[in-house]
Amino acid sequence: MSSKLVHAVYDDDDTLLHAVKDVKKADYHIEEVFTPFPVHGLDHAMGLAGTRLAVTAFMYGILGFTVAVVMINYIMIEDWPQNIGGKPSFSFLENMPAFVPVMFEMTVFFAAHLMVITFYLRSKLWPFKKAENPMPETTDDKFLMQVALSGDEKKLTSLLKKTGAIDISIHENEEA
Amino acid sequence: MYIFAQRLKITAFVLMGLGAIGLTIGFLNAPDTVAEAQAMVADAHGGHGADHGDAHALDTHATPAHDDEHGASQEDAHGEHLLHQLQNRPWAALYVAVFFFFMIALGTLAFYAIQRAAQAGWPILLYRVMEAITAYLFPASVILFVFLVLTGAHFNHLFVWMDADTVAHDEIIQGKVGFLNVPFFLTRAAIYLIGWNAYRYFSRKFSLAQDQAKDIRNHKKNFRISAAFLVFFFVTESMMAWDWIMSLDPHWFSTLFGWYVLASMLVTAVTVIAMVTIYLKSKGYLPKVNHNHIHDLAKFMFGLSVFWTYLWFSQFMLIWYSNIPEEVTYFLTRIEDYNLPFFGMVAMNFLFPLLILMSSDYKRSTWIIVMAGIVIILGHYIDIFNMVMPATVGDQWFIGWAEIGGFLFFAGLFIFVVFRALTKAPLEADGDPFVGESERFVY
Repeated sequence: MSSKLVHAVYDDDDTLLHAVKDVKKADYHIEEVFTPFPVHGLDHAMGLAGTRLAVTAFMYGILGFTVAVVMINYIMIEDWPQNIGGKPSFSFLENMPAFVPVMFEMTVFFAAHLMVITFYLRSKLWPFKKAENPMPETTDDKFLMQVALSGDEKKLTSLLKKTGAIDISIHENEEA
Repeated sequence: MYIFAQRLKITAFVLMGLGAIGLTIGFLNAPDTVAEAQAMVADAHGGHGADHGDAHALDTHATPAHDDEHGASQEDAHGEHLLHQLQNRPWAALYVAVFFFFMIALGTLAFYAIQRAAQAGWPILLYRVMEAITAYLFPASVILFVFLVLTGAHFNHLFVWMDADTVAHDEIIQGKVGFLNVPFFLTRAAIYLIGWNAYRYFSRKFSLAQDQAKDIRNHKKNFRISAAFLVFFFVTESMMAWDWIMSLDPHWFSTLFGWYVLASMLVTAVTVIAMVTIYLKSKGYLPKVNHNHIHDLAKFMFGLSVFWTYLWFSQFMLIWYSNIPEEVTYFLTRIEDYNLPFFGMVAMNFLFPLLILMSSDYKRSTWIIVMAGIVIILGHYIDIFNMVMPATVGDQWFIGWAEIGGFLFFAGLFIFVVFRALTKAPLEADGDPFVGESERFVY
């Protein structure tokens, strides 16, 4: 693990995307990229593993569906049997069409909320957390690429210059 | 340029041959007299009546439209009604098959027009595939129109409102005669069909002309007529659904019926586009079409399947909940006499595509798309079957010679027309101003 990081600043998402590809090709390790908005194809270019959030969303959806079925069965059939649509069958299956909107909404509700919470936990975000962002301009209109410094410093900076970086600086890696 | 593979051509002809045999047997088997009809139903009782749940064929038949004019206990009226149902069966089977393959071509035309009007970049490489599928629109329109003319001339009894005797005893239909009469019905059909075919003709012409052109004038013309066509289409498509399908049950109506048919149409059309594309790719054609394009088509298959379910359920739930007699009979006949196809179709058209096409990776896997596509196509055939059959043959339905024959015949004709049209033009629309965007397309 190197102890120094090179910060390269870009002012265009397209330039950044090409720069990431070039730096990767030259066998440098990219620690992190900070962007003001999601850049399409960046995760692929950085070689990040695919997200598993979709799998959790599916499971949360099934959980929500199950909760809806159990809940509405208790409320409408068991605890206080309801005459639904003038068809007093008091059976869950025969009244099922009336419950579909509830099941749908609960599925979506669980999937959406739990997915957001999972995303926050996985990204280690919580209220009042101090920002880790090394350069506040990356929340405005700048793009920052952190590259681990290995080997010749000059060679790396000249490569970054060539990829269109508007500013290059070297920092101590505080995490290492 | 595509060369029509000999094996595929033979397959198409074999399908047409088998289909013609099946249809012929279906028509020959239809009874001529009341006694024959009753004998057939009695036979089915002993034989395989239990298989398809019509064990009470003689006791419980009551399609809503016929209730009014026949006294329930009149034995001969009973028998005649049964005769009409059995005579209708091969005609209804033919109608379902004609309409099903017609709607694939029409749905593709609408999908194509949407891409044109939206000036979408991704599907340019698929335009020739879509244009080939819409080539089937013209022959299908001719067949469909001839069929409707024959129906109007009383060769069959599919539409009860065409029967003067029935209308004389039915006040509800009498109130609708201003709209539901044979001359106006055929005039409307002619207007729809001429309008759709005219768009298809000019759009294809401009598309081919754009290949050679140095400027983008043809592209702009295509954009304009596509936008105009879409306005015409969404009005006429809804009316077409009322005319050709909803009026089979002239007492019943649903305000979202047109969209419901449209959803069926679009999902089947996109599925067929995906399957033809995958077939061509597997033969080494369309080298620039990559998994991103396939992924987009699969997303449409998934999304439109859910859209179809939304409309199907919206229509079903409201009518089921309110339980108004004149409305709910529509679903009563389907749940009681068509239980398996009615609910089986929901599994095929909703649950299966929902679960299998949900994953991003599966949407890029060609064999999964083909498998899901086959289920979706069969599922939507059953969907049309469920729209047409209950009003025309009541509980005397069966997937037999005429039904399978009709499906095979028009499947063969569809394959023949579509792949012959593919040979007529280069497979890539090189002159389109967006073709580069389509080639570089990443989803």
